[in-house]
Amino acid sequence: MIRALKALPTLLRVGVAETVAYRAEFLVWILTTTLPLVMLGLWSSVASEQAFAGYREADFVAYYLATLMVRNLTGSWVAWQISEEIRGGVLAMRLLRPIHPFIAYGASHLAAIPFRTLVALPVALVLLVSSGASALTTEPLQLALIAPSIALGWLITYAMMFGIGALAFHLTKTMAIANLYFGAFVPLSGYLMPLPMMKPAWLATLASYTPFPSMLYTPVVLMTRHLPGSEVRDLLLVQLGWATAGTVGALWLWRMGIKKFEAVGS
Amino acid sequence: MIRARELVKHFKVHKRPPGFAAAMRSLVVRNYEVVKAVDGVSFTIERGERVGFLGPNGAGKTTTLKVLSGLLHPTSGDVEVEGHVPFKRARELLEKITLVMGQKSQLIWDLPPSETYAMNRAVFDVPRAQYERDLKELTELLDLGPLVDKPTRQLSLGERMKCELAAALLHHPTTLFLDEPTIGLDVAMQLAIRDFIRSYNQRHEATVLLTSHYMDDVVALCPRIIVIDEGKLVHDGDLRALIKTMDPDKRVSFTTNATVADDALAKLGTVHAKEGPRVTLRVPEREIPAVIGHLLGEMKATDLAIEDPPLEDILRQMFGKKHA
Repeated sequence: MIRALKALPTLLRVGVAETVAYRAEFLVWILTTTLPLVMLGLWSSVASEQAFAGYREADFVAYYLATLMVRNLTGSWVAWQISEEIRGGVLAMRLLRPIHPFIAYGASHLAAIPFRTLVALPVALVLLVSSGASALTTEPLQLALIAPSIALGWLITYAMMFGIGALAFHLTKTMAIANLYFGAFVPLSGYLMPLPMMKPAWLATLASYTPFPSMLYTPVVLMTRHLPGSEVRDLLLVQLGWATAGTVGALWLWRMGIKKFEAVGS
Repeated sequence: MIRARELVKHFKVHKRPPGFAAAMRSLVVRNYEVVKAVDGVSFTIERGERVGFLGPNGAGKTTTLKVLSGLLHPTSGDVEVEGHVPFKRARELLEKITLVMGQKSQLIWDLPPSETYAMNRAVFDVPRAQYERDLKELTELLDLGPLVDKPTRQLSLGERMKCELAAALLHHPTTLFLDEPTIGLDVAMQLAIRDFIRSYNQRHEATVLLTSHYMDDVVALCPRIIVIDEGKLVHDGDLRALIKTMDPDKRVSFTTNATVADDALAKLGTVHAKEGPRVTLRVPEREIPAVIGHLLGEMKATDLAIEDPPLEDILRQMFGKKHA
């Protein structure tokens, strides 16, 4: 583990180099993940006259801009990468290096985050402070826990996607499963709308039993809602629980899957 | 040391005939076939040995190398490399082995090889001074200077193979699994790579297990060869012993200016090749002194050479009929 940490700066640097290797793809890529802006436009017009389901226009602005920021910081596409590397046999050469792929893939994905957010983050920050400032939290505890909460959200998302990628050892192609996952993620994480607004109400209850709110909704409400200290603690503990379970589960799926690896294509 | 005992690796392969109907049927009913890629192979390779691993296409060579390097879990049997069970992929083992595959790149595809070297230095925890010294030496030896800063995807196969070798050796592995390491290289570079592998083997007392379709690689590098066919071991031993067993006759080549009738040649041995004044005969070893005397005396032969049969011919004899 210490050696992996020592290697981390180089892995991050190589990850950055990979991210910017193709300029055109890179520019298109940083303009994606704009669904929250679409939803922002929609709900802002609904709430422009009067509050909707307890959300004022400024609340919607804050919510969706925070969503945009958190999604950009926590998104992961490692399932696609693992699936392709297993299918093409490229993973074989990765396995010859004395570093667990969970760390190696993770480092390269972390390296890409600053570039992924190069456009979205400053725009969202400016808009958030100018138009949604009244809805932002001013609680010092919440402010202090935003970064750790986003980090946990990233870890849960990454672990989920890593686990889905590891299923490719059994199924060869897992993008259908990744799409299924995304279909559940969009409504149940609060990406589409704030969870309390969901109808029927049992959907929000259902969401609370899944890891999805911990991936996105928790950091977003820490930024945009004034919460009692006990609720903040509970939200973070739930995140911590899902991060632990997600990491253990992903590593277990990998361990089970690697026995089936056929190193094809070479 | 490498040890394989009753190594078995089977794959379950989905098979279907071509066509739309067959594709639709395969959605409902799948036909699988078990392919016995490696089927009960046993051998031991001592530290510092250079061993050629030969066999026709699909014989199980690459599968065996993948099991030995920990990429594949064996179906059954025991495997040990440098005191470790390979598929457990212990860090201590990965630091001691390397696998070079001509058909598969370990270099980061979109970046120059120098980035892969830097990454390998970090993950293998190679001391910076050693890394810089070795990289300089490899750059000179393999003429990597103009290549290391070009994106890997823009290198030719031969250029990439040179860069692959450097990436594979920067952490000083003591066991080298080399699968077609000279593929795509020109003759001069093939020779340079052979010299380099031999010198690396001697300097580091490294174990080398090599597969190659260039028999010159095997003859030049490997005193011992292991031959497998259809997943089973068919020979393990000295290269010369194999040649002697399979084809004890020598090849006697000479040039003659005199017109020699075929009948006269047939009395000396079997005519193996005849191109202009250059003739190659197959001659039993015990008859060599008499034949040489006759060639030098009566036929005034020049440029005389006595050689073992080429390894290609031996392998063709071993596998030719079956794979014809």
